[in-house]
Amino acid sequence: MSDDRQLVARLLGPAEPEVSCETCFEQLDAYVELELSGADADARIPGLRAHLQGCPACAEDHASLLAFVRDQG
Amino acid sequence: MSTGIPHQTRLDADSRAWLEALAPDAPDRAAAITRLHELLLRAARFEAGRRRAALPHADARQLDDLIHQAADDALVAVLAKLPTFRGESRFTTWAYKFALLEAGVKLRRRAWEGRELPLDQEGRAPIADLRPSPHADAESAELIGAIGAAIEAELTSHQRDVLVAVALNEVPIDVLAERMHTSRGALYKTLHDARRKLRGCLAAQGLSIGGSP
Repeated sequence: MSDDRQLVARLLGPAEPEVSCETCFEQLDAYVELELSGADADARIPGLRAHLQGCPACAEDHASLLAFVRDQG
Repeated sequence: MSTGIPHQTRLDADSRAWLEALAPDAPDRAAAITRLHELLLRAARFEAGRRRAALPHADARQLDDLIHQAADDALVAVLAKLPTFRGESRFTTWAYKFALLEAGVKLRRRAWEGRELPLDQEGRAPIADLRPSPHADAESAELIGAIGAAIEAELTSHQRDVLVAVALNEVPIDVLAERMHTSRGALYKTLHDARRKLRGCLAAQGLSIGGSP
């Protein structure tokens, strides 16, 4: 994605319905385990992927949990 | 022995063992808390390692203090939230997220310690950088111009400042929440409402914005 399109994406956020930061945190562990198991996490927990696209802080928390749990085996 | 643990059919053996060991009347609770703290410390250390580059001026001792604070705070949070654990993931995955959150928030705030938020001459989040790149295609340039106009015309002062700080100037939302004496969730709600308003405004102008508002 070009810098301009990234800028537009940051400003406008996701078009799809998204969960709140609080709901994202509540469901993040289940979402990450679904991802690691190869399940369709987005279908099982709707709105969380869209939130991660719109919220940089939650996206960082998600990336960290995914990497750490994967690292722990 | 009563653990106070609600019946959870999906709970794996390891998670159940953690909940039993951490129950208020468990005989080995102190040892379980010590083991839990070690896990949380490991997660906080992992997070600090990932973000080390963002803290070039923090020495090893400062970083170690921050890691321990994050693990301590996460331990308090995990024990307080224990009755809400529903077994939708393994207990350790659930617990790790508290340590990673605490460490992430502390590290972002530490990285911004002593730094002023970017403000323009009027004391507002500066919007001057909102312009298309020299290589922008015509559609993106038009859209960015329309977004800038809509930010000034359609958003409340608070919505504008939050959107510009977080989405344009890339101030971490935790840092902004601390400076504005509010919560990350409340600020994100403001951001969400601002974005929705912008999408509605752009759609009304017939601009293609990649999805419905």
